[in-house]
Amino acid sequence: MLISHDEVRYVAKLARLKLESGELDRYAGQLSGIINHINKISELELKHVELTSHVIELANVFREDQARQSVSRELALANGPEVEAGAFRVPQILEAEEQ
Amino acid sequence: MTAAGGKGNLLRLSAIEALGLIGRQELTASALTGAYLAQINQHDNDVSAYLRLTATEAQLEAAAFEAAAGEGAPPLAGLPTAIKDVLVTEGVITTCASRMLENYNPIYTATSVLKLRQAGIVMLGKTNMDEFAMGSSTENSAFGPTRNPWDLGRVPGGSSGGSAAAVAAGEAIWALGSDTGGSIRQPAALCGVVGLKPTYGSVSRYGLVAFASSFDQVGPITKTVRDAALMLKYLVGKDANDSTSVEHPDEIALPEDRDLAGVRIGIVRELVGKGIDAEVMSVFNQAIKKMEAAGALVSEAGLPHVEYALPAYYILAPAEASANLARFDGVRYGLRAGGAHADVTEMYEETRSQGFGDEVKRRIMLGTYALSSGYYEAYYGQAQKVRTLVVQDFAAAFADADLLVLPTAPTTAFKLGEKTGDPLTMYKSDICTIPVNLAGLPAISIPAGLAGGLPVGLQLIGPAFSENLLLQAAHSAESVIGFDKVSPLVKQAD
Repeated sequence: MLISHDEVRYVAKLARLKLESGELDRYAGQLSGIINHINKISELELKHVELTSHVIELANVFREDQARQSVSRELALANGPEVEAGAFRVPQILEAEEQ
Repeated sequence: MTAAGGKGNLLRLSAIEALGLIGRQELTASALTGAYLAQINQHDNDVSAYLRLTATEAQLEAAAFEAAAGEGAPPLAGLPTAIKDVLVTEGVITTCASRMLENYNPIYTATSVLKLRQAGIVMLGKTNMDEFAMGSSTENSAFGPTRNPWDLGRVPGGSSGGSAAAVAAGEAIWALGSDTGGSIRQPAALCGVVGLKPTYGSVSRYGLVAFASSFDQVGPITKTVRDAALMLKYLVGKDANDSTSVEHPDEIALPEDRDLAGVRIGIVRELVGKGIDAEVMSVFNQAIKKMEAAGALVSEAGLPHVEYALPAYYILAPAEASANLARFDGVRYGLRAGGAHADVTEMYEETRSQGFGDEVKRRIMLGTYALSSGYYEAYYGQAQKVRTLVVQDFAAAFADADLLVLPTAPTTAFKLGEKTGDPLTMYKSDICTIPVNLAGLPAISIPAGLAGGLPVGLQLIGPAFSENLLLQAAHSAESVIGFDKVSPLVKQAD
């Protein structure tokens, strides 16, 4: 297999996905098959080829900085799964500082 | 009426025919919307094209147009329209067919939807799709698959399978879809309707839930090419809310009735034959003969790097998806996994594992892998270079041909469950459509005929911003091909 269980576990961690142990085997098999197909591009000599990130010629899009009406706090919070005191509530992120 | 029989069958009308009848006061907007809602009531339990209906609002809007008919009515007034559930609609739950957004109630409306609504369309509801537009069969919907109106045991294609099935089933006069690797054209082909992917940047992506931002494009799924041109006319334009949108250099024109004299059409040699079903090729070749008889100058064209398009796409699109879908973290909107969480990381992981389906997880992991340290150069960087080669191939081919032509999909509609076990086999359903997205070009699928009772699509591809040329040729091809079949569900209503 091109991608091991450990690699699947590592990639899932980077992507913030929790996999059941049964899923590891299935994803390792499927991702290996896809990566095997993708590896076809390594046949090509690409040293002197430019990258394309966007297909339409685009210059930077600038505008004057200007104050304007934004979404209200109420609307911005309307879809929040847990909202408290005008903010999104999340599990504690920073450790409490020791006194 | 375009077809034999069905006189009085409102479900056979094209959008342009319906507008004509409404304008001459031979048909009311309410009767039209009523006919489509009745068809939905009768058949959508079987087809499952819609995730959510807005029937009451649709009836009210249609009635309002009726009261204000005549002078000053907006140009698309009263056309019953289906909207893919990847486009956000203020006050109407928008799910992307994902558990992650099961209860998401958008606070704004996508520009493409807003523009059509300002032009007078009536929204019938939101259509089913592969979750976050990732798939080719609509089987990746968290809310169950859509079925093909031509054969309910088969898939409608995807990811805009709900929109294509709705149009084919007479459950919408036309629909909005989105196309990242073929998601408008392939389901249109499998459902026997017309699907147009516009040039990248010509239609705003604001309010289109992002999958792969450098590929995604919104476009029409319709019964006729002229309808696709009409809808496109109201979709295009630069949008201050999408910095990658541009003003289309041409005003979109409705195609005229004329032949194909002098139009140089190149058949992409690398993609015909190999990997395409024989019966699909046979229908395709007959259609090409008819186009040739109508004056088209048909020759072979080459896209020498096209076999590398699928592998490059399956690096770039998942890479972009893995970044775009990082926003679903259970904080600002969408699902948050229940229960107490030890820390914020656990909350993220549980939310994303419960909220995303199998294919979405697979693509997020694939994209994360391709972008991870040590692999970025080998995969992402190289794939961006392959993209350049594909762009150059198309440019060279357009030196000798005005348009390129291909079957839209390698097979007709396949059976439900037939390809779900093997992701790579499913990915190959898009072998003829993906190269177009890598190069950002406009392309259209039109029905070419039936094979074994199932529709086959013919795809025409043009240079960037050549929509008028592309639509004109597609309209002429549509006329000489003379496809006049409708799905059994529409025929029943005759």
